[in-house]
Amino acid sequence: MTPEQNFMRKIEAEEKIEPKDWMPDAYRKNLVRQVSQHAHSEVIGMQPEGNWITRAPSLRRKAILLSKVQDEGGHGLYLYSACETLGVAREELVAAMQQGIAKYASIFNYPAQTWADVGAIGWLVDGAAIVNQVSLQRTSYGPYSRAMIRICKEESFHQRQGFEIMLVLASGSPEQQAMAQDALNRFYWPSLMMFGPHDAESAHSARSMQWKIKRETNDDLRQKFIDQTAEQVKVLGLTHPDRDLKWNAERGHYDSGDIDWDEFYNVINGNGHANRQRLAHHIQAHEEGAWVREAMSAYKARRKALTAQQAA
Amino acid sequence: MTDQDLRQATQAYAVRLGDDALILGHRLSEWTSRAPFLEEDLALQNVALDYIGRARMFYGYAAELSADGRTEDDFAYLRDARQFSNLLIHELPRGDFAFTMARQLLTDVFSSLYLEQLLRSTDATLAGIAAKAAKETRYHLRRSREWALRLGDGTDESHARMVRAIDELWGYTHELFELDALEQQLADAGIGVDNAALRPAWLKQVSAILTEATLRVPEDSWVVRGGRTGYHTENLGHILSEMQSVHRAYPGVSW
Repeated sequence: MTPEQNFMRKIEAEEKIEPKDWMPDAYRKNLVRQVSQHAHSEVIGMQPEGNWITRAPSLRRKAILLSKVQDEGGHGLYLYSACETLGVAREELVAAMQQGIAKYASIFNYPAQTWADVGAIGWLVDGAAIVNQVSLQRTSYGPYSRAMIRICKEESFHQRQGFEIMLVLASGSPEQQAMAQDALNRFYWPSLMMFGPHDAESAHSARSMQWKIKRETNDDLRQKFIDQTAEQVKVLGLTHPDRDLKWNAERGHYDSGDIDWDEFYNVINGNGHANRQRLAHHIQAHEEGAWVREAMSAYKARRKALTAQQAA
Repeated sequence: MTDQDLRQATQAYAVRLGDDALILGHRLSEWTSRAPFLEEDLALQNVALDYIGRARMFYGYAAELSADGRTEDDFAYLRDARQFSNLLIHELPRGDFAFTMARQLLTDVFSSLYLEQLLRSTDATLAGIAAKAAKETRYHLRRSREWALRLGDGTDESHARMVRAIDELWGYTHELFELDALEQQLADAGIGVDNAALRPAWLKQVSAILTEATLRVPEDSWVVRGGRTGYHTENLGHILSEMQSVHRAYPGVSW
């Protein structure tokens, strides 16, 4: 059996591919792209919610939000580690993002303007992410799969906290209800777009499916999310932003209105409110931290030399 | 002092300690997504979270003692700068990473000594909060000590930044060791801590760490005080206007 045949045999047999196994270059590349994009999304995703930690309207909410944002950073760490097993250092991955070569989820280019947006992000954005991540627990690359299993455990807490924020607002004062509705209206469609283009138009989908990097198609995952969200909107007692949403008994799914893909590509291509802000923020923090990282290595090197000297 | 007086004094004392924790926690939380690297971002958020948690415990106890329907959030969100009683060192802007870590070092050494005493409080609730906080502070101090060494004995730039940070902070440290009448009464009653007695041990520990970090203790040439009486720097007003903005814009609702 050639290495390639053996690789395909493992994929077929649902055996995980591990870092030291032979894998096609394109498989490795495809994974680096997807896993690093996922890691960057976790890290950039700290910004829109982080922007509300100092203004959270109760101490309980403040503590929960802080710990949630901290989890996102932790997820970024697991994913960078998973990506490093493919032979690319974190510094390189981060540099690629800062140069705009590697992407992060475009949803984070939308501004978090109100407290209800924090709820909507937890509920819808994390909710969409979970649908995707649950499916990725079965991805063919071992380290990625294990990172996903770990992440999924924490994400469901995130979605609950987001939904709980929305539930309190939706059953609160008229102003709070309006705030919740407005956040839902702004974040609903962009969350649907998180699943990526329709299957027919998705650049990387077919190959990723064949290699079992992806386990379900963009459209199937999106449908799951549409279905679960429709029920949750009812529980909240808010108005669904999709006027064309209708239960289709034959399919056993909700039919929905058309997604405005022009808007999606418009934001991806740099015209969102926060595209420049998110990258500039990340670069600024990185640059301002340069002297700290330098001091760390200088100190470490000095200690090492000293220990060596004492040993000699 | 009557039991009622003592109860009132303890309530005010719990609010003070809650204010210290909340304001420092706020400053630390400002580092979210801004730290020099991802692991440090998470660590700073961890410490911030400990302080927010500590604030909630102290305010929760203050609310219980006031028995007038107030909650932890009333203390955090519905008082103005003049009513806040945190020590000034906690409200200074986060500055650069050296400033933040220098402040942590000075306050962590203080907290470790302070909490060790508060553990022995005859007030069981305060002693309980201190027990939990003391564990956290041991971890905080290990971190801030390590950072002081790395930055003090790192590069010329990091050393210079640490020197500047310690200099800028030093005048605010004296207040950590001053008691007003209320605190003296509580210390005498075995409820509160006699923080004036902690200074020699604090100075000794801080000096030892600074020396190891190739830094030195500044001259005692200036002193700023006033936090406990609500005489704050201009920074606190900005913290509160940000922190309280949403809560105050929608009075009386739940979150």
